[in-house]
Amino acid sequence: MSAETATPLLRVSGAGKSFGAVTALERVDIEVFPGQITGLVGDNGAGKSTLIKIISGVHQADSGLVEFDGREVSFASAAEARAAGIETVFQDLALAGNMSVWANIYLGRERTTSFGFLDKKGMSQSARQMLEQFRMNVPPIDAPVAALSGGQRQAIAIARAAAWGSKLIIMDEPTAALGVGETAAVEEVIRGLRDQGYGLLIISHNLDQVFRLADRITVLRRGRYVGSRMTSETTPEKIVAMITGAQTGMGAG
Amino acid sequence: MSVSSTATAPAVEHSPTPLLKRLLLKPEMGAIAGAVVVWIIFAILAGDRGFLSARGTANYLEVSAELGILAIAVALLMIGGEFDLSVGSTIGACGMIIAILSAEYGWNYWMAVVAALVVAVLIGVVNGIVVDKTGLPSFIVTLAMLFMIRGATIGVTREITGRTQVGGLKELSGFESAQKVFASDIHLFGTNWAISIVWWLVLTLVATWILLRTKFGNWIPGVGGGLQAARNLGVPTTRVKVTLFVCTAVAAWLVATIQVTSFGGADVLRGTYREFYAIVAVVIGGTLLTGGYGSALGAALGALIFGMVQQGIIFAGIDADWFQFVLGGMLLAAVLINRFVRSRAVLVR
Repeated sequence: MSAETATPLLRVSGAGKSFGAVTALERVDIEVFPGQITGLVGDNGAGKSTLIKIISGVHQADSGLVEFDGREVSFASAAEARAAGIETVFQDLALAGNMSVWANIYLGRERTTSFGFLDKKGMSQSARQMLEQFRMNVPPIDAPVAALSGGQRQAIAIARAAAWGSKLIIMDEPTAALGVGETAAVEEVIRGLRDQGYGLLIISHNLDQVFRLADRITVLRRGRYVGSRMTSETTPEKIVAMITGAQTGMGAG
Repeated sequence: MSVSSTATAPAVEHSPTPLLKRLLLKPEMGAIAGAVVVWIIFAILAGDRGFLSARGTANYLEVSAELGILAIAVALLMIGGEFDLSVGSTIGACGMIIAILSAEYGWNYWMAVVAALVVAVLIGVVNGIVVDKTGLPSFIVTLAMLFMIRGATIGVTREITGRTQVGGLKELSGFESAQKVFASDIHLFGTNWAISIVWWLVLTLVATWILLRTKFGNWIPGVGGGLQAARNLGVPTTRVKVTLFVCTAVAAWLVATIQVTSFGGADVLRGTYREFYAIVAVVIGGTLLTGGYGSALGAALGALIFGMVQQGIIFAGIDADWFQFVLGGMLLAAVLINRFVRSRAVLVR
């Protein structure tokens, strides 16, 4: 797919946000394309979290334009953003520990039989199919998620975000708490989503990971937009220079 | 659906969990074993003194029923991640409302019962909304309510009647029909069984069905075990919590109605300590104090154990003063055993 000719799934241009006298974001641009991964990087306090909260409807931008799926949007709440097809996976807050895998996947979207009872069998079967589809080593579907590894839990949270008609999935540090092997497994799930045409926006402090996964990288610094680069046309050194302010490169790379 | 399920058929192989482990993972397993053990102990200690007779069984089941009705609702609430310490005071308040409105103000007995129900629902709504909107621990909010409701009950009762007990309800209009519903006996196996036992069994079935078979039931452990996640996923978390608080208050109302109708009178101190006994029954039943996991059936069994121990001690001729000591010891043992079994069951997989 040629990124330059495709329409972006998400385009934020000139977004600004202040909290009282504090300017958290100023004239920030970012684009996510279907079937691609955009990495969002920057030091602590660069405004990454504020930006994803605007995209996911938790905060509302004071200025600028957000376009999603070809039309201008302004989400009043996270629920509106989700209804439009934007899911966010937060660290550690995603699952109810003592519930089974399938009950977590279907939490809030339970299926019932014609009598109004929970369709447990149907839900556990389709939960398994859902996880298989995302290149996962599928855990026992009836097990409480507390019994699973951190990587399996994260993969379930990501798969769930993808499962419900969403188009854009935002992940905040998806592997921060995981070991090497588990990180690789979760990255495989993320690649699986990309290959199925989802647009993905990933915040990560791990630049190696960003270079492994992302098609393009957007850099923020102290609430300002530093620039965006195609991963294939830049190097980790150049991105570090943008993050630290040693080099400011305006314009699209 | 059928096409895709045949395509992924091999995956079914690694999924079934062995039966034993699945059973151990059931929260009520400990309570089932505990109930059997306690029954055997008292069958040995007091089997020849009436514990095993139909009359003895009906005797401890009535005690179990009045606690069980409360414990089932408290279990649902605790699975939802909250406590309600105000249920004991709510029993006292509802009982007094029924007694005063009917005896002092001449209301039809049924109208007084309905008025008490309305107050109970209000108490539940207040508990739920205060907890949800302030984010304060429900332990503190309902502890405050425990004292406020008890204090208001004593204050208002003394103001109106000059006493702390109100009696003489048996002659009032509507009392007789209410007695049939809340305080009659069913004659079976040569003895009388309190109708509260039926209420207890029916509510156990209803609560278990809600918890395991309905959407709302799936939301309860979701809200209790992952509040933020549940909210993010669109579960109406406020509605779930408020509903659960209303359920505990209504359960307290039902217990109050059963008691007042049985005794034909009310006392401002009715229900004292019931909030703690209910938690004991719920925890013995395998529900976690942290929320997100538990069983209504377990709570009913916890109440069964409570009734067997309380009455069994009397049957066995042991000084009833020791009841609370035994109860506390059982609580501690139940928590330790449940934790051990659960950690094993989770690890073994």
